[in-house]
Amino acid sequence: MWGVLRQKVCAGGLPGMYIRPAVAAFRNYSSSAKQMMVREALNSALDEEMSADHRVFLMGEEVGEYQGAYKISKGLLEKYGPERVLDTPITEAGFTGIGVGAAYYGLRPVVEFMTFNFSMQAIDHIINSAAKSNYMSAGQISVPIVFRGPNGAAAGVGAQHSQCYAAWYGSCPGLKVLSPYSSEDARGLLKAAIRDPDPVVFLENELLYGESFPVSDEVLDSSFCLPIGKAKIEREGKDVTITAYSKMVGFALKAAEMLSKEGISAEVINLRSIRPLDRSTINASVRKTNRLVTVEEGFPQHGVGAEICTSVIEESFGYLDAPVERIAGADVPMPYAANLERMAVPQVEDIVRAAKRACYRSVPMAATA
Amino acid sequence: MSFSAAKFAQPLPINPVSASRSNDKPLSFDPFKAGSSFLGSTLKLRVHVPSKVSHLRRSTANAVSDVVKEKKPQSPANLLLTKEEALVLYEDMVLGRAFEDMCAQMYYRGKMFGFVHLYNGQEAVSTGFIKLLRQDDYVVSTYRDHVHAVSKGVPARAVMSELFGKATGCCRGQGGSMHMFSKEYNLLGGFAFIGEGIPVATGAAFSSKYKREVLKQADADQVTLAFFGDGTCNNGQFYECLNMAALWKLPIVFVVENNLWAIGMSHLRATSDPEIWKKGPAFGMPGVHVDGMDVLKVREVAKEAIERARKGEGPTLVECETYRFRGHSLADPDELRDPAEKAHYAERDPISAFKKYMIENKLANEQELKNIDKKVDEVIEDSVEFADESPHPQRSQLLENVFADPKGFGIGPDGRYRCEDPKFTEGTAEV
Ligand SMILES: Cc1ncc(C[n+]2csc(CCOP(=O)(O)OP(=O)(O)O)c2C)c(N)n1
Ligand SMILES: [Mg+2]
Repeated sequence: MWGVLRQKVCAGGLPGMYIRPAVAAFRNYSSSAKQMMVREALNSALDEEMSADHRVFLMGEEVGEYQGAYKISKGLLEKYGPERVLDTPITEAGFTGIGVGAAYYGLRPVVEFMTFNFSMQAIDHIINSAAKSNYMSAGQISVPIVFRGPNGAAAGVGAQHSQCYAAWYGSCPGLKVLSPYSSEDARGLLKAAIRDPDPVVFLENELLYGESFPVSDEVLDSSFCLPIGKAKIEREGKDVTITAYSKMVGFALKAAEMLSKEGISAEVINLRSIRPLDRSTINASVRKTNRLVTVEEGFPQHGVGAEICTSVIEESFGYLDAPVERIAGADVPMPYAANLERMAVPQVEDIVRAAKRACYRSVPMAATA
Repeated sequence: MSFSAAKFAQPLPINPVSASRSNDKPLSFDPFKAGSSFLGSTLKLRVHVPSKVSHLRRSTANAVSDVVKEKKPQSPANLLLTKEEALVLYEDMVLGRAFEDMCAQMYYRGKMFGFVHLYNGQEAVSTGFIKLLRQDDYVVSTYRDHVHAVSKGVPARAVMSELFGKATGCCRGQGGSMHMFSKEYNLLGGFAFIGEGIPVATGAAFSSKYKREVLKQADADQVTLAFFGDGTCNNGQFYECLNMAALWKLPIVFVVENNLWAIGMSHLRATSDPEIWKKGPAFGMPGVHVDGMDVLKVREVAKEAIERARKGEGPTLVECETYRFRGHSLADPDELRDPAEKAHYAERDPISAFKKYMIENKLANEQELKNIDKKVDEVIEDSVEFADESPHPQRSQLLENVFADPKGFGIGPDGRYRCEDPKFTEGTAEV
């Protein structure tokens, strides 16, 4: 009976820390369908950048012998050795600071947080030591470092382990903040982050690691890299613009699919970069659709949606046919109970409802005008 | 393991001045010698030392067993443990074990979710310490907190129900496995981040002292216990608090549950000097190493440390050598720990050892212990039934408790919950 139960748990993909054996991730690589899991996209990007540039090294908790808490660094210890794949003690403030110091003096550290929640213990170094040094030193000291790890709402882990830091880091000058959705994003953006001369906060998502996406030959090429600060239009549409990042891109695409059945054509923008924010792509889209729904998992107040809304109000106010709709997580710490947790994070239906509201609302308003 | 009665013969030398000296035993253990192993770890100490360090000896851990080994066995009549006390300890350990085994079952059945970290194997530490506390003493725990909660007196029903995410849980389903709190039993959490419980515990100890000395509350002599793991001892908050606790003579005991592993990171790969108890003397407080698989040894050390704290004599650091019998969490494949090491500690199961001891010393007979096992089973069954039948939190609960202020945003001007406002459900979870 135990065997059965266990199997069920694994197959059902119950969220769990330090679970998800990565073996499966590598199965798809050579298959002709050219599908790739996000986990493998990240792993291959790290691998290729480490092999191309010996100044690049990876440090963090359990990145070595354990192969990464979420198996992102699988195989790297074996390939690059303990000098370049460093298992650190549990001391985020310490090893993050060490990473920053190493970056000051010519190395290119990739610092993994087991989850971004733990970066809270290191935030001084991210904000004060990494983000501000280039400015304070008048350009003498640049800090080419990547802080990466899973971010955002996980499942069933309660308030401390389940939150999104995009808006937190997105508000800090001197940082670049990236948040991939697909395998293409993960590969291209991580490579860009490692090659970038500035500190990059790289927000992954635990629940996406095991998802597969189609990838082109171009994406698989070791020279592949994506520009930082450029959003991607995942789906073209003409009635309403939906902006999202990370896992919410998938939700937005699902919502767009549902909306299309009801005759609403939604344009879905995958932000990819939280900072710099691709204002021109967003505004161009809104000027076309005249309606905007922003989606994020984080808290609503002072969030990514708020920033996007401001940008559109500033640059495209006259084009808006409806008030901007903002979808965000509930303004509460994440509850543990499953039913409350579901209510606390945006659902696909929430996006559909908001998009419809944005579309229909304009009609009577226009009629009365 | 020898549960010899002799261990009661003499209290441990943990007075602050002599501690560091008395622990510095002459050259009995040299970890720099090739082949030395640490505690029961089957890993070798990894040493990077320049060749000229032969003078740099280290003392052995100050094992209680060493201190008491030479003492002559005493007759059971001299035991510092009554039958009633022994039965309480036994019951608490069995309860902790049974509770966690049930959690594993319920997790695999999908009744609880997320990260569930079980305590199997470490029961002697929780029981040995917490059963000496008063209800108004404080306990601060980590994500591995179910058993600390139960030992402290939080009913198994309330803890189980919390794990099920039900409204009858000790935090109404809002906290979850890693965040047990109980004001009634002075369980202050439930901290999921490494190290963060230590300053909070130190703050609780500070408040006792403050109440006594500034607010002149003569009865404010509560003691705080901070529980945390070996991996956590590499985090700065640990050292910061050792310093302040010693500096201000706070009534706290830092209890390290050294189970030799931090997820898949061996203690020996993570720490330059693996003998954690030594960091106490470095900050001017006693440091003690104790066999954490032996509830009586733990209890003896705990008694003295708690008394010291209660009398205003300051903090103590206690390193309990223990082992977790399961993976780090129920999701951990647990592939890095050597089976030989697991077997070594499995043999030293604190519950079977104490059982044997009780019977050998005529503190209880088989039947009495069986009765306790049965009673515990009933408590656990009852807790599961209770949790299963309990209601899920109501929708309105989502917005409660964000603020202590009852007029916080959770309740609108009409006195109703903001989430009852139709707008709340219109298209966004945002308030
Ligand atoms: C700040 C922070 N970093 C990382 C983690 C992830 N993490 C959870 S438990 C753990 C290992 C802790 O080991 P130890 O202190 O020995 O306690 P044990 O689990 O063995 O009881 C780690 C790294 C965390 N919870 N908090
Ligand atoms: Mg440990």
